[in-house]
Amino acid sequence: MKTLKIEELSKNFGATEVLRKINLEIDEGNFLVLLGPSGCGKSTLLNIIAGLETINEGNVFIDDYNVSKVEPKDRNIAMVFQSYALYPSMNVKENMIFGLKQAKTSKEKIAEQLEKVSTFLQVDKLLERKPSQLSGGQRQRVAIGRALVREPRIFLFDEPLSNLDAKLRVEMRREIKKLHQQLKTTVVYVTHDQTEAMSLGTKIAIMNHGVIQQNETPENIYNKPSNTFVADFIGSPSMNLIKGKLIKNSNNISFVADDSSLEVPINNYDFKENSDLNNKEIYFGIRPEHIYFKKLNEDDFDINLRADLSEYIGHEQIVTLDYSNQEILAKFPSTIKIELEKEMKLYFDLAHISLFDLKTKERI
Amino acid sequence: MQDNIKSSSYKELEQKSKYTNMFLRWFLYFVLILFASYFIFPLYVMVVTSLKTMEEIRQGTLLTWPSSLNFDSWLVAWGGRGYGAGDTFLRPYFWNSIKMVVPAVFFSTFIGAMTGYVLTKWRFKGDQWVFLFLLFGCFIPFQAILLPMARTLGTLGISNSVVGLVLVHTVYGIPFTTLFFRNYYISVPTELVKAARIDGAGFFKIFFKILLPISAPIIVVTVIWQFTQIWNDFLFGSTFSFGEAAPIQVALNNMVLSSTSVKEYNVDMASAIIAGIPTLIVYVLAGKYFIRGLTSGAVKG
Repeated sequence: MKTLKIEELSKNFGATEVLRKINLEIDEGNFLVLLGPSGCGKSTLLNIIAGLETINEGNVFIDDYNVSKVEPKDRNIAMVFQSYALYPSMNVKENMIFGLKQAKTSKEKIAEQLEKVSTFLQVDKLLERKPSQLSGGQRQRVAIGRALVREPRIFLFDEPLSNLDAKLRVEMRREIKKLHQQLKTTVVYVTHDQTEAMSLGTKIAIMNHGVIQQNETPENIYNKPSNTFVADFIGSPSMNLIKGKLIKNSNNISFVADDSSLEVPINNYDFKENSDLNNKEIYFGIRPEHIYFKKLNEDDFDINLRADLSEYIGHEQIVTLDYSNQEILAKFPSTIKIELEKEMKLYFDLAHISLFDLKTKERI
Repeated sequence: MQDNIKSSSYKELEQKSKYTNMFLRWFLYFVLILFASYFIFPLYVMVVTSLKTMEEIRQGTLLTWPSSLNFDSWLVAWGGRGYGAGDTFLRPYFWNSIKMVVPAVFFSTFIGAMTGYVLTKWRFKGDQWVFLFLLFGCFIPFQAILLPMARTLGTLGISNSVVGLVLVHTVYGIPFTTLFFRNYYISVPTELVKAARIDGAGFFKIFFKILLPISAPIIVVTVIWQFTQIWNDFLFGSTFSFGEAAPIQVALNNMVLSSTSVKEYNVDMASAIIAGIPTLIVYVLAGKYFIRGLTSGAVKG
């Protein structure tokens, strides 16, 4: 049984297609993050799961029950919003129990739930306050509390941390993670922040233009991006994509960048398909953090590159390098002294590369 | 050496700017006081005249201070002289106006709030057209609808009655009240409505429990606006009612114009002030919310 299943879901607003044939499944207790740039349809998808938006095509199942036409309140879900959406005229207590009251829960049960959740979230001292008298972090807690008291099957989070300042955001992120570890409830979480997605999700679904690009564990998303969009979206700075082509002879296969004659051997790369590789035009993808200053592994490929620019950001520096007229970035510890306008010897970690078809932009 | 020259010239400049500023400030006060007195002058004349006897009015000038505080003309304006035919006084019409203005303000405000709520939080296909037509209602010259409205009231059997006037004012208030509430609710995050829907609240519950409690500023604005409009209305009042059912502005007009013998300026002035007092009271009580409500919008959670 899947806690949440989405089948061939499509949605359009008038002529604009927002979601296209979305298929998605979540097992009990998982934390799924919907990640993507603004306008990719992730929030619409969440609203559809909540029942706040109608569906044009396809179905939504919760616990194998088709809820496509079920009212939001009957879907056994709870949602936390970006603006917290606390009812301004009610105090914290009234905010938290509003849903239970609507559901005609007994007074004893309401009191018990309120007690339990407010102590758990440490808002039990704030119960009489109005939302306007709370700090951002407290509002966030109350909003989560309002969702918790209903003991839903699925938690929906719509960019809950984007209104907080940087420091508080990191704190709240950790608390949400803790919360999930303790309660083990199924969560669907929408964000455009890749760090949030990576640190929270057990699964990440990356979306662009209403289509899911990749839906896998954070490790796989990071190490084996399924196309150039994912490769570019995840990581900071994002993955270097070097244009070039493959050269294959009897038992060797290597990559040659445009305007270059240097052959980079990639015999150990795990190709999806082995045919038609010779002369194939590709992007050679390598992350800035996988270009080393010192040889770390036996297989690291040494290469001479000219450094053009160095950006100091505290614990590390980002160096712009020139790879036969293509700009690539590398990340080094800030303790290393870089001489600009000069060639230096660097090492590519070939165990961590990704290759993409130049035309289809898909991983090969 | 150079520094010294500089600092002395700075001192000079400082002096100069001080004088300029002082002059401008006094000039500003002068202009403000001038405009304020120009504005308050008619009111002064009204109050002073209403307190004089006819004798004093004939002998003195407009600006002369009354010899004693004499409220006789106010009593006459409000309660009449006590003789039968031809004695017009404001009291019954004042109550007519109250009976008209209270329900009309209430209904138009309530319906406007509801419409504004639907147009912003329960969007439907073509809602912007509905809003456009409502806006159109704000710009229709009321003279253009007098005849059809008279027909309608006649058919409904409520012409020449307070009920008829309540209906007219409610209907023609809706475009404005809707505009006010729509512009207010559009700045209220829609996420509030979504949260309430997930919590299981329906259309009316969301309106009464979530939105209405935070609408105080815009309710004040709407009530002041509607109250002033309806209370001061003469066109609808004089067209759709006469005699007993007329509102105060119509009665005021009749009183001032139909004096048979001598023009009693003191009574006329007192009547005009009485007719204007309720709007003044509403402004004094709610005025500070008026500006606040007009300028504020967003209610941040």
